[in-house]
This record gives sequence, C-alpha cells and structure tokens, in this order.
Amino acid sequence: MLKKNNKVMLIFALILTAVVAFSGCGKKEVAPQDANGEKAGLSGSVTIAGSTSVQPLSEELAKAFMAKNTGVTVNVQGGGSSAGVKAANEGAAQIGASSREIKESEKGMGLTEHKIALDGIAIVVNPKNEVAELTLDQAKKIFSGEIKNWKEVGGENAAINVVTREEGSGTRGAFEEIVLKDAKMFNKAITQPSTGSVKTTVVGDKNGIGYISLGSLDNAVKGVKIDGVEPTTDNVKNNSFKISRPFLYLTKGEMNEVTKAYIDFVMGEEGQKIVVESHFISAK
Amino acid sequence: MKKLHENMIEKLLLVSAVAAIFVVALITYFIFADGLPVMQKYGLAHFITGIDWHPLEGHFGLLPMIVGSFLVTLGALLIGVPLSVGCAIFLAEIAPKQVTGLVKPAIELLAGIPSVVYGFYGLVILVPFIREVFGGRGFSIVSGSIVLAIMILPTIVNISEDAIRAVPKDYKEGSLALGATHWQTIKKVIVPSARSGILTAIVLGMGRAIGETMAVIMVVGNVSVLPESILDPVRTLTGNIAIEMSYAAGEHSQALFATGIVLFVIIMILNLLVTLVPKRVGE
Repeated sequence: MLKKNNKVMLIFALILTAVVAFSGCGKKEVAPQDANGEKAGLSGSVTIAGSTSVQPLSEELAKAFMAKNTGVTVNVQGGGSSAGVKAANEGAAQIGASSREIKESEKGMGLTEHKIALDGIAIVVNPKNEVAELTLDQAKKIFSGEIKNWKEVGGENAAINVVTREEGSGTRGAFEEIVLKDAKMFNKAITQPSTGSVKTTVVGDKNGIGYISLGSLDNAVKGVKIDGVEPTTDNVKNNSFKISRPFLYLTKGEMNEVTKAYIDFVMGEEGQKIVVESHFISAK
Repeated sequence: MKKLHENMIEKLLLVSAVAAIFVVALITYFIFADGLPVMQKYGLAHFITGIDWHPLEGHFGLLPMIVGSFLVTLGALLIGVPLSVGCAIFLAEIAPKQVTGLVKPAIELLAGIPSVVYGFYGLVILVPFIREVFGGRGFSIVSGSIVLAIMILPTIVNISEDAIRAVPKDYKEGSLALGATHWQTIKKVIVPSARSGILTAIVLGMGRAIGETMAVIMVVGNVSVLPESILDPVRTLTGNIAIEMSYAAGEHSQALFATGIVLFVIIMILNLLVTLVPKRVGE
C-alpha cells in the first residue's frame, strides 16, 4: 500500500516539476534579449499600479509600447485608485493609476497628473421608449429598484426591466460608484456579461433600461439625457455630463527616461488611438 | 519481431487511455486546489445554503444557482425526453426508409449548430416571444429549458435509436406472433428491452443540459435570486463561472472555482444515482 502511494506521489512530483520547468522556459523567451530593433536604445522597466478600471487599458498600452521598445518591460498591477496614488507618492511604482480625480487630501503630495483618457457611461433605453431624460437621482432609484414603473418618471404604465453587468465588471464598478453611491444594485436586475448583450437585451425589450460605456453607444439604443445633458463625448470632455470619470496617470518628481517615453507614447497619437479602440474617450 | 510490434501498439493504446485519466485528474486537482481554501474559510454551509451572492463583499451563497441549474435542467428533460424518445421510436420502428433519410440528417445537423447560435436565437426570438405570450421579463427558466431541450434532442434521439435497433429481432417477432399489435409490442417489449440504452441517452442529455453555458447565459437573465415562478430569471452554476471569470480576482476567483466544485459534486451524484437504476426490467 505504502509503495503504491509512493509511486503515485513520485509521478505527481515529476509532473509538477515538468510543469514548473516548462513555464520557466516560456518566460525566458519573452524576456528581452538585447533585441536589435531598439530605436533610442531604451531599456529598463516601468511599473504601473492602481485602479483596476484603468488596468485593462494600461495593459493594452503597455503591450503596444513593449512591442515598439523591446528593451523595456512595463508591469501593470491593480490595487485600486487609492493604492495607485499611494504607490506613486511612495515611489513603489513609477506611475500610479487612478480612475477618479485626486482628493484634496492627496493634493499636497506634489504628484503630476496626466489625464490619459475619460470614461463615460450612458444609460440606455429602447428607442420606442418615450422617456428621454432622467435625473441622476431618478437613475439611482431605478437601478436600486426603488422606482419600478416607467410612469413614475414620465413614461407609460409599464414595469421597468433593469439590465445590469456582472459583479467585477469595470463598467458596473464605475456605474455603482458614480450613480448608485451608497445604494445597492437592484438584486433582480437581469445580468448580462457584456456591453453587446446589454444592448441586445434593451433593443429587444421596450421597457428595458441598461448602461454601457459611452464609447459603445450607437443608434440601436437611446442614450437618455442625465440632468438635461446629452451623453456625448464632447459633454464628457467639457465636464457637463455627470456619469463620467477621468483616467489619470500620476507621477512624482522628475520622470526617468523610460517612464517619460511611455507617457509620451500614451499621450501621443498611437496611445490615444488605443484609448478609443478600448471604448474610452480620448483625453485630447 | 511480431511480438515487439504488438507490444508497442498495446503500450500506445495504454498511453491514450492514461492520457484521458491524467487530464481528468489534473483538472480535478486544480479545481479543488483553487476552490477548497475559500470553502474551508467560509464553511461549506455558507456556500450551499447561502442565498446571497455578492462576491466582492464576501457573500458566496450558491443556493440560487444550484436551484437555477436544477430547475432549468429538469425543465429541459421534461420537454426534451418525451420528444426525443418518441422521435427515436418513430425512426427505429415506424418510419419508412425515405423518411428516416430525411429526419436523421436534420437531427444530426441540430447537433452541429454551435451553442452560441442557439443562445442568440433564444435571445432575439424566444425571450421576446415568452415575454409577449406569458408575461414576465422573458428571461426565464422556461426560455432556458426550451433552448436546452432542443440542444439535447440529438444526443437522446441518436443513442435511444441505436438502443432500440439493438433489441433482438426475435423479441419483436415473438410478440407479434403472440397476436400483440405493433404499438403493444413497442410499449411492452421493445422499449423495456432497450431501457438501459435509453436511460444512458437521457443521462448524457442531462449532462449536456447541466453543463451547457453559453446558450443558457443568453436567455435565463442570470439573476442570483431564488426564483418564485418558472417565468422568473435564474442563474445557473456554469453561468455563474462564465459570467464573472473575466474580472474576478482573489477570493472572488476562488469562489468561482468553489462553484466548479459544487457543480462537479452534483454531476457525480447524478451519475451515481443513475448507475443504481437496474439495467433490465425484473433485475
């Protein structure tokens, strides 16, 4: 019996060793090896830490930047906006990422803000719905389940079918933060795992209401005015549309060469193109 | 020389067999390694009997999803089994050759349609239809069951038909010779003899239904609240994993693996229950 057990253990150990060894191999190949295509001979590493909402965008940007500068490694980490501010201030990361304006208490730290993108969320209804305008407070009550009928907000007498995104989604996170604040998402809201399926659901349901990132808004659904302001990229840029937030990169003091090159890349034409492709709004 | 050759082939076949077991073992190991710690931390009861699923706040109640999976699968079997067993009997016993030649490829085509297509069809046609006809929000247990019932048709039809065709001709001839009608023969002799094969077919169909993810996500609404009627939206266990995995981190991601463990155990129990059913009548 004991012998059999030993054998099984041995096989298992061998497998684990193999797995570890192979994964090691993979990493080595990825690591920069004095590549030939470097333009300015840029090398080194940059660490970006902070907002998990900015993280997917940072990863896309980092990938494109590393493809251009093979000697550079860009590490992207999460942790949240507050952790990002802290990391930049303490030098734990060259760049701190934040998906909110920095607070009064954080202003004294001497951080430089780089607004890399804007994130706006449109509340959408079926084009046949009469309701074209909501206040931020009505939106909050609808999505927390307090207002249940369209007639309460000036529509016809029909139940409101709320559509939301799954927990953990960045769009949902931003929406809860800006619109719901202390309230909880209506627990019987239909949950759809992507912007596309939220849209399809609202298109197929005259009484549906959902929210999508502003970059994905098109004519299939109707984006309602919030406090009288149309959900357009211009209105996000001039700060009049309420459901929006900035994506900030924060640096402290003099940036080193690699960090500066990365930020220049992000703010430049190519970087901003990636921002738009990721359904965010260009900061320019 | 010949012996060496034989040996090699045998070893090769052994390797293929072991590979399958190996993969299953690895998957099991990783699901448990990732999911168990969080289950131990919060306790099994928290997962199985909890009705709150707020993974970002440390509430990991899976009961609504367990009930959801169960009801959607049950519904699919209620709709799908009579249809497909009926179809199998028709194909094997009643249909003339030309009709079989038409129906069989159609059913096989059904098996070849990707699940996301079923889901999309359900989302744009079935969900609004149910909303118009039965009321409610359309995203419901019924929608999920109907889509799944269609998806398990080919599995159950094909395997049941084979089982029915495998019943020895003598049985049928004997029954007819005793003066039984065709329907009496089907009901009393052929179907009972093919029972074990038909059961296998149903189990495989059930496995497909409980494991199906994409098509179900698109039509059931994915609400993690206990349903009150069959027109209420639900979330299934597989759906829970698929919907949230892309952004989950830390305990949230571990809780999704724990969902996998629950699903794994449920499927094991179902399979076990089925093996307990006697293979033939009278046993």
